[in-house]
Amino acid sequence: MFEFLTSFSPAFILIAAGVLAGFIPSSSISSHLRKVLLVGAPALALVLINTIYFSQNESTYLGGSMSFANIELTTLRIDSLSIIWGYIFCVAGILNGIFALHEKCKITDTSALIYTGAGIGAVFAGDLITLFIFWEILALSSVFIVWRGGPKSYPAGMRYLAMHILSGVLLLAGLVIYGRATGSYAFNNIGIDAPGGWLILLAFGIKAGFPFLHNWMQDAYPRSSVTGTVILSVFTTKLAIYTLARGYAGTEILIYIGAVMTVFPVFFAVLENDLRKVLSYSLNNQLGYMVCGIGIGTQLALNGAAAHMVVHILYKSLLFMSMGAVLHRVGTIKASELGGLFRSMPYTAVFCIIGAAAISAVPFFSGFVAKSMILAAVFEGGYFVVFAMLLFASAGVLEHSGIKVPYFTFFAHDSGKRVKEAPWNMLAAMGITAFLCIYLAIPGPYGGMQYLYNLLPSEVAGAAKFNPYTASHVIFQMQLIMAAMFAFALLKRYGLYPAERRAQILDFDWTYRRLGLALVKWVSAIWTRLGAFATYKLKNFFSNIGRRMYQVFSPAGTFSQDAPSGIAAVMISGMLVAVLLVVYFL
Amino acid sequence: MDLLSLFPEWVLVHGPAAIVVLPLMFGALVALSPSEKLSWATTWIVTGLSGLMSLGLLLQVISHGPIGYAMGGWKPPLGIAYSVDALNAPILLLISVVAFICTIYALPSVVAEVGPKKRSTFYAVFLLSFAGLMGMVATADAFNVFVFLEISSISTYALVAMGSSRDRRALPSSFNYLIMGSIGATFFVIGIGFLYMQTGTLNMMDMARVLQDIGPGDRVVQLAFAFIVIGLGLKLAMFPLHTWLPTAYAYAPSFFTAFLAATATKAALYLLMRFTFTVFDPSWDFISTALMVIIAGLGTIGMLAASLQAIFQSDIRRVLAFSSVAQVGYILLGIGMATTLGLTAGYLHILNHAVMKGALFLAVGAFWYRFGITKVSDMRGLGKTMPWTMAGFTIAGLSLIGVPGTVGFVSKLALVQAAAENGWWWAIGVIVVSSVLAIVYVGRMIEQAYFQPVPKINDRYIKRNEAPLMMLIPLWTLALASVAFGINSHWPMSLAQGAAQVLNDGPILLIRETMPAIPAIPSTGGH
Repeated sequence: MFEFLTSFSPAFILIAAGVLAGFIPSSSISSHLRKVLLVGAPALALVLINTIYFSQNESTYLGGSMSFANIELTTLRIDSLSIIWGYIFCVAGILNGIFALHEKCKITDTSALIYTGAGIGAVFAGDLITLFIFWEILALSSVFIVWRGGPKSYPAGMRYLAMHILSGVLLLAGLVIYGRATGSYAFNNIGIDAPGGWLILLAFGIKAGFPFLHNWMQDAYPRSSVTGTVILSVFTTKLAIYTLARGYAGTEILIYIGAVMTVFPVFFAVLENDLRKVLSYSLNNQLGYMVCGIGIGTQLALNGAAAHMVVHILYKSLLFMSMGAVLHRVGTIKASELGGLFRSMPYTAVFCIIGAAAISAVPFFSGFVAKSMILAAVFEGGYFVVFAMLLFASAGVLEHSGIKVPYFTFFAHDSGKRVKEAPWNMLAAMGITAFLCIYLAIPGPYGGMQYLYNLLPSEVAGAAKFNPYTASHVIFQMQLIMAAMFAFALLKRYGLYPAERRAQILDFDWTYRRLGLALVKWVSAIWTRLGAFATYKLKNFFSNIGRRMYQVFSPAGTFSQDAPSGIAAVMISGMLVAVLLVVYFL
Repeated sequence: MDLLSLFPEWVLVHGPAAIVVLPLMFGALVALSPSEKLSWATTWIVTGLSGLMSLGLLLQVISHGPIGYAMGGWKPPLGIAYSVDALNAPILLLISVVAFICTIYALPSVVAEVGPKKRSTFYAVFLLSFAGLMGMVATADAFNVFVFLEISSISTYALVAMGSSRDRRALPSSFNYLIMGSIGATFFVIGIGFLYMQTGTLNMMDMARVLQDIGPGDRVVQLAFAFIVIGLGLKLAMFPLHTWLPTAYAYAPSFFTAFLAATATKAALYLLMRFTFTVFDPSWDFISTALMVIIAGLGTIGMLAASLQAIFQSDIRRVLAFSSVAQVGYILLGIGMATTLGLTAGYLHILNHAVMKGALFLAVGAFWYRFGITKVSDMRGLGKTMPWTMAGFTIAGLSLIGVPGTVGFVSKLALVQAAAENGWWWAIGVIVVSSVLAIVYVGRMIEQAYFQPVPKINDRYIKRNEAPLMMLIPLWTLALASVAFGINSHWPMSLAQGAAQVLNDGPILLIRETMPAIPAIPSTGGH
């Protein structure tokens, strides 16, 4: 039995479990069975991945070969790069399952299992066609999770689907060009110089949230359901990071794309009121670090990207879970309507603060051990402008994810809301995740940092022996944190005071900041209006095209009118003449 | 176990003629039959037998090469020759199997759609139409092709007109088809006439041999080619010549529409390939230009224009009919590439499209049978009221879009690969755009069925009313086939590769090897 299970990709087990969950009736007893599947299937997959990989001695395990349209597919490739993604995806699947235990929604459970399976399958895909198939399953299964967020999520889901289908089409086009040119569909380093390389990079870029391709993320994630956002935040983008690491490691343009990615969401996140949207922006910003690390492509940088991916999944899930718990109990997640919740949801508050500390890279929290690796790699590579951008972005992350999110939710002015603490299963999921967030950052023989570092893909000397806990690293990071907290306090203070009092203090720095903020606000307002205007114009444009097309192609249109037989006969003769012309003279 | 050994020897020897003569003969007998059940059963058995014989012929061709047959013992090139090779054997099997499957469906459907006195005649004419298609494909004689083309066409006009018991618009559409079809057939026979004038023979292989001597510079040969392409282009609904098709498909009886959509244009496509590649020579300049400009060019224009038209249709059957025109465009694109990969892809799509479009039209017939639904907007809630029928429709619809795991994906992927090999990037663009359009027109129907509420009558929801089993079985057979061959595409792919091999070898090989191989009827034969 066990041998049988190890003979193909564990992704299929998860997808099968998802389909099975779809057939389990939604009565309360059998929904327990579904929950067992939801938690058990990723756990089984975790065990299987481990067994498959360590039951043999090769550093790369290839298996699950299939033949499809005369092309040999390798559906299961476990090597030092993919296994770390496989592990963390399974762990995230289990945690999401626990977090969703209270929920009685067949569609979410089914889609979540299929979605998880597709993510794992894509990570273990040994060739581009397998990758493409799981890529599409991933998009299709996740959109149902978006749609569970209520009526407002439907248009967002459609936009989300459109972007991901576009990504799939680009990938397909790219892989066909690439496969034809190189004669192989194997998924290894592609590079932008390869035929079709740009198309594939663009396909990956959409999923990874490259600047200007990122909007689906902030659009769809905040509109999904309480559990949905937590599930969504794990797989799609991190799969994209994996595919970039596999196909485009060391591509220089990624360094700059990554740097821009880290910086631009900061402004939006600071302005945003919807806290899950703030987190979506910060998710985008965190992906920027990983993309940057992949772009540098040294062993240290790739290890940093992989480590950052692992810890990022954990603390971002934790933050989304805590915001989900708040939404579940309070019913809103608008910063302006929350506040003072630490009284009624103390455990959630503590977990949220742990997540915030982790994302802010406070020493002895998981963000620290990964982010310093990427920063060190950037510095070693001599990209000082990029380094400065990443530093700025780190401060920004601290500002909006590290301080703004917990502060406005649990402290700030008391909103007067008194609610129950989150359900036990949510607390359990958050608790485990919070534990991991701390444990993975503890050095020494009893800490978890060694396990994290041992898993990293490149086992070169520098990576395994990388020590984040040097005095300079810690002091540097603490300075950054202090500066950001100070800045927040300062801004908060001016936010509290009426404008006229502020005007009495003549401080150049203050004017500058106010002007800067006003400028940002003005740009944002103009941007919104421009957006609305463009949308309006585009809508007009498309409806015009639609009307014209209707006039031509509809049953009542010119094109479809039943031509009398006489005219048809004349047209046939015309065609004959056309063919004759071609045959005679071309 | 060797399947081939199960077939008696006379099937393999006389099969090429028997698959045509049998339905032709029983067509006449069925017309006299007093009971419609008897007619139906006869039709079913005859199509079934033809299917079995076609299978035997296909297996024989795969293992032993082409089979020739001299009609009545008259040796070609004087007598009429029949020839079954890797190019037409799969088409024969396709036509007869689709006919067999659709006939199961016919029993309930014909009762509902055709007037009681016309039913026996209906089956008789159907058998004639079936015989005509089989004859067109099986014969190796150019004039004989015309004869069977007319047999199948005229019976098709009659069958389309029989849809008038259900919808009077069947009559003008049948008339329209009659006029255009006759023009097409006339063009075709004029082309054959020119060829006869130049070569002095009607046997295709002999013709090809003489044409090789005449060479590509001859104006009359070029004229003949133009006439034949236009004549066949009408029959196979090449883009601007397709205007007969949507109305004919929309108003013919459902069962016949499914058969027609799955097979009729396919037989004409086969003839186009047979003439272009094995009678004429694709290496000739004017042929290769015409393939690229006319066949591939019109194919791509058709893919876009017909798909756009399908999007705006309100009648389900017309949506599917326009989609057929678009799908013919895919096939023409593959043929127009004239490379091994392109021809394989085009041929594969002939087989695959027949399976999925057949299933779709069968499902539409079932919608009409239960609820009288013909409009897309009336499909509201069909996912609940006819779940099994709608599920079959959805599978075939997804295949039409080209979702991975279905036959539609296999042939589109093959086509994209072929285009990439040729460097025809614009063609890949057109395929992608046209697939997106297919998502729209199929998605529109699926959305209505699954995401719109079940309609109410007198404030009560319409109850579930599934199609009868005799409709569901054929529908699901085709739907499952479209998934099975989509997941394991080895068999259809090998058939398509065999056919592309024949086309690639061009005319020379046929003369050298097939001609002497045609056996006369053995002297001890059973006659």
